[in-house]
Amino acid sequence: MRQPETAYLYDEPGPRTRRRIRIASVVSLLVLAGALALMLRQFASRGQLDADRWTPFLSWPIWEYLLVGLRGTLLAAAVVAVLGGVLGVLLALGRLSPLRPLRWLCTGFIEVFRTLPVLLLIYLMLFGLPAYGINLPVLWKLAVPLTVANSAAIAEIVRAGVLSLPRGQTEAGYSLGMRRLQVMRAVVLPQALRAVTPSLVVQLVSLLKDTSLGYVVAFTELLYRAQVLSAYNRLLIQTFLVVTLVYLVVNGSLSALASRLRRRTTKTAAPVAAATPAQPGAPAVEVPRA
Amino acid sequence: MNALVENLPALLAGLGTTLFVLVTSAVGALVLGTLVVVARVSPVPVLRAAAFGYVQVLVNVPLLALLLLAVFALPDAGLIAPLVTTAIIVLTVYEAAYVAEALRSGINTVPKGQVEAARALGFTLSQTLRLVVVPQAARAVVQPLGNVLIALLMNTALTATVGVVELTSATNKVNLVQAEPITIFGAAGLVYMALALVIGLGAGRIEKKVAIRR
Repeated sequence: MRQPETAYLYDEPGPRTRRRIRIASVVSLLVLAGALALMLRQFASRGQLDADRWTPFLSWPIWEYLLVGLRGTLLAAAVVAVLGGVLGVLLALGRLSPLRPLRWLCTGFIEVFRTLPVLLLIYLMLFGLPAYGINLPVLWKLAVPLTVANSAAIAEIVRAGVLSLPRGQTEAGYSLGMRRLQVMRAVVLPQALRAVTPSLVVQLVSLLKDTSLGYVVAFTELLYRAQVLSAYNRLLIQTFLVVTLVYLVVNGSLSALASRLRRRTTKTAAPVAAATPAQPGAPAVEVPRA
Repeated sequence: MNALVENLPALLAGLGTTLFVLVTSAVGALVLGTLVVVARVSPVPVLRAAAFGYVQVLVNVPLLALLLLAVFALPDAGLIAPLVTTAIIVLTVYEAAYVAEALRSGINTVPKGQVEAARALGFTLSQTLRLVVVPQAARAVVQPLGNVLIALLMNTALTATVGVVELTSATNKVNLVQAEPITIFGAAGLVYMALALVIGLGAGRIEKKVAIRR
């Protein structure tokens, strides 16, 4: 049996504990299987498990229809990731800048858009701004609010990465006669971005999930297509479950990539990180915000 | 400004729903998330795998997809509850995964040597957890949990898409009638920011209380 990562919490189980673990395993397996069986029975009693409700999803036209949606999802995610990434790095630099007005501006922007629901911004785009003659194409009605919200989150991740670098790096740059921006560009940012790559990938997952708000603005992405498809074929449960599965596959691979990157960076960068005193005001990067 | 004053009852009702959904699903998510993390670190392989799968699925699926599934699709299978209840259940189940991740990262901050020392002293698993791990993990966990709650606050807005009339939905409705987007959306934005600030400051105070000085 593979050792769990929290195995150090308990002693090597003796014969009695092993028996208890076996019993607990069987009991919990039975409970989980029972819950699953109950749910399947509920589904079956309404005919939701009938073969003809699932076989449509074996046909290519339906998948083609959904894959066009997935392309929209990936397109929106790419646009938001690129724009949000650039804006996020700039905001992080601005928040770390010695220029007071710039620092306040960037701090204000970040703090405001980190706490506003994206949906509120989207409603503002959809129903508020057209009154002022601002009416963007549908992709941008989704991408602009998402970019604004995600750039604030990315800025905090990047800032945490910069603050986690040992101060000696910056000082060494200065002592070589580099200017502040040179130090940032050539010394600090490359290392900081490498250190926070796993968190940035986690943010990418959250961003990809956010593109499902295209459902609200009627942008052709996966969830919107699912909605249209289910209105047409009346297979609501099946359609939404299939789409959920597609999201799970796409995001699951990204998450797996993030944890692989994290394992690699903690393995190579651990001594540096351990030697760095925690800096006050450094935001936590570990826990993704949905 | 008048638009705000005239529609205050509608907006306040929306705020009330937001707060109700926020508090109930926060309590639910904290309880469920704790159970999940207990399963995740337990010595029982089945429970560990189930908790791992639970977190992986919910962290990778959009909340909106789950909301649509629960509100519009599951009634086809005879699973139906009042709208707000359904929304609260979905938010609880979804955020519990994030709560579990926050708690687990807290447990991981406790150095292995602490646990090994406790075991060397003959502590049982529950004693080790109760007396050594949890008190030290608590201080590392408060800020991340605060962040999860702020994310939950922002996610309550998504329930507007399935028809729950909470603050975002009420704001939008008032604006459709009054057409003063800057004032109305601005006011709603300020309320959200104030709520997030309260959660953040609360987390800061609690953190100070449970922090162990080193």
